[in-house]
Amino acid sequence: MINKRKYKQSHSSTPPSGGWGAILMAFLHKEFLHVFRDKRTLLVMFGLPIAQILIFGFALTNEVKNARLLIVSPVQDTESKKLIEKIDASSYFTVTHIVPTRQNLEHYFRNNEAQCALILPDDFSASGVSPSQVQIVADATDPNFAKTVVFYLSAILGEFQQQSQPAQSIPMAIKTEVRMLYNPSLMGAMNFVPGVIALIMMIVCTTLTSISIVREKETGTMETLLVSPLKPFLLIISKAIPYTVLSLVNLSFILLLSNLVLDVPIRGSVILLLFECLLYIIACLALGLMISNIASSQAVAMMISMAGILLPTLLLTGFLFPLENMPWIFQWLSNIVPARWFFIIVKSIMLKGVGLEDVWLETTVLIGMTVFLLAVSLKRFKIRLE
Amino acid sequence: MYSITAEKLTKKFGNFTAVDAITFEVKEGEIFGFLGANGAGKTTAMRILCGLSYPTSGKASVAGFDVYKQQEDIKKNIGYMSQKFSLYENLTVSENIEFYGGVYGLRMREIRPKTKNILQKLGLDSEANKLVSSLPLGWKQKLAFSTAIFHEPRIVFLDEPTSGVDPVTRRQFWEMIYEAASRGITVFVTTHYMDEAEYCNRISLMVDGRIDALDAPKKLKAEHNAQSMDEVFYALARKAKRSD
Repeated sequence: MINKRKYKQSHSSTPPSGGWGAILMAFLHKEFLHVFRDKRTLLVMFGLPIAQILIFGFALTNEVKNARLLIVSPVQDTESKKLIEKIDASSYFTVTHIVPTRQNLEHYFRNNEAQCALILPDDFSASGVSPSQVQIVADATDPNFAKTVVFYLSAILGEFQQQSQPAQSIPMAIKTEVRMLYNPSLMGAMNFVPGVIALIMMIVCTTLTSISIVREKETGTMETLLVSPLKPFLLIISKAIPYTVLSLVNLSFILLLSNLVLDVPIRGSVILLLFECLLYIIACLALGLMISNIASSQAVAMMISMAGILLPTLLLTGFLFPLENMPWIFQWLSNIVPARWFFIIVKSIMLKGVGLEDVWLETTVLIGMTVFLLAVSLKRFKIRLE
Repeated sequence: MYSITAEKLTKKFGNFTAVDAITFEVKEGEIFGFLGANGAGKTTAMRILCGLSYPTSGKASVAGFDVYKQQEDIKKNIGYMSQKFSLYENLTVSENIEFYGGVYGLRMREIRPKTKNILQKLGLDSEANKLVSSLPLGWKQKLAFSTAIFHEPRIVFLDEPTSGVDPVTRRQFWEMIYEAASRGITVFVTTHYMDEAEYCNRISLMVDGRIDALDAPKKLKAEHNAQSMDEVFYALARKAKRSD
């Protein structure tokens, strides 16, 4: 590729009769027509957020609801009945079986009739609960689920013990009072919605932008555009504007949906949230531009953005898998994923209601990344199709 | 007055000399055929003349503008129809014309009446609001040519404009080229069809990056003692050492 500054261009830079504005308008009009005529683009753009919000909000939840619980209760007395009733009444568990012995316990787990079991001792009520050995068995094929079940069951048992023997307080007993900040009911959606925003902005801005530029290379229209007096800068701007606008529409859509359907609050400033989103959108657009510099066909652009951008975003942002549990190399790698910083910002603004003073570091990192990506991709944007 | 002049125009890619010191002139309003086998260097030369790349050495001017220093001015004064179909399939016929008119900086009030005019001439008025993807190839090519000269350029570059088009449409296409030339637009055209070469006022034939022949088709035939341009082409092009 030849350096454009090699020869000093002397031209009478008189704008054409309609002015640059008219050229930009013609281009924007065309870009919007492309988007609205392409059913697949529209589906990706507006179908995806709805599907993701609903899937993450309702289906892919790590909360435990109505876990199938089996209780082994050798003696049926008032105390044990009271306990079983209490457990059954909670929304976390459904008592599916009450059996006298633990003989066929594994059979129930294998058949998936039970996901967890509570085994009471023979002398349950006589022992006055506390010293008696209560056993919890959980299906740990899903470790998260098992942990949560054990945690909930222990909590219910503890509460039961408190209620049944209030007077008999144990000396020096440590009583913990747990408070779940910002998300008292432990709703998974609280964590997923900011993640979904990061993901969808990435798909719309990066993938769709790169594809729309590469498509012009592939079909040959790009060559015709390059022979025209259209400035490359104008070309980039007119590719970027429609996708920015659509992303903002999309964002409002996601926020409304998550707020109305999933009860996810926006505790912080909406203006700040939109500003941060705009910043992230520009970073994503720059990434898309970069991909379109490298890729020569739509298929390649798709591959790069899926494998090279979307997957790291999904894995290294911290909304599906906690970053803290990853080996240091992944933790370190996650630092170069823009979505990771954006995710923290959105979560803090939406759930904790913080202002710029608390997310300035993340915002600065995101600004730095955006400027860097934009500079690199603009510089590399091939003005001449060599 | 010349529309295009080239003097020892050369383009090298590393050790490979794609265009080897070619010298030629194209007169205003002329239909100039730019012939050569695949890999002879036609496309590279044409890209330089269109302001898409810089030559390695030599001089050239297009519409009076220098290919080194006045690429932007060149671009404003030329039209270009690429080998690949260059209209947007998912835009309608009139949207395509309006877009390209807009890119060349024309105002809507100039574009609208002209679009109507062109569609009438092409006999496409009833398809104005149909998607380009629904048109047959011949019509697409004629439409692409019309958009390439929509902004009244001084020179139009046509890169194999009729490949894959049926003979009847090719004939009609050449009528359009003649009509444009009669309005004073210089036509610079590459083609692989030798019957089309005969339609040109003058042709040049590139072999291995050099121009080996340049004259009116009639004179070339006389010179090479040939019945048709086919024979002339064969006599010259078989000397080529490289191919792609």
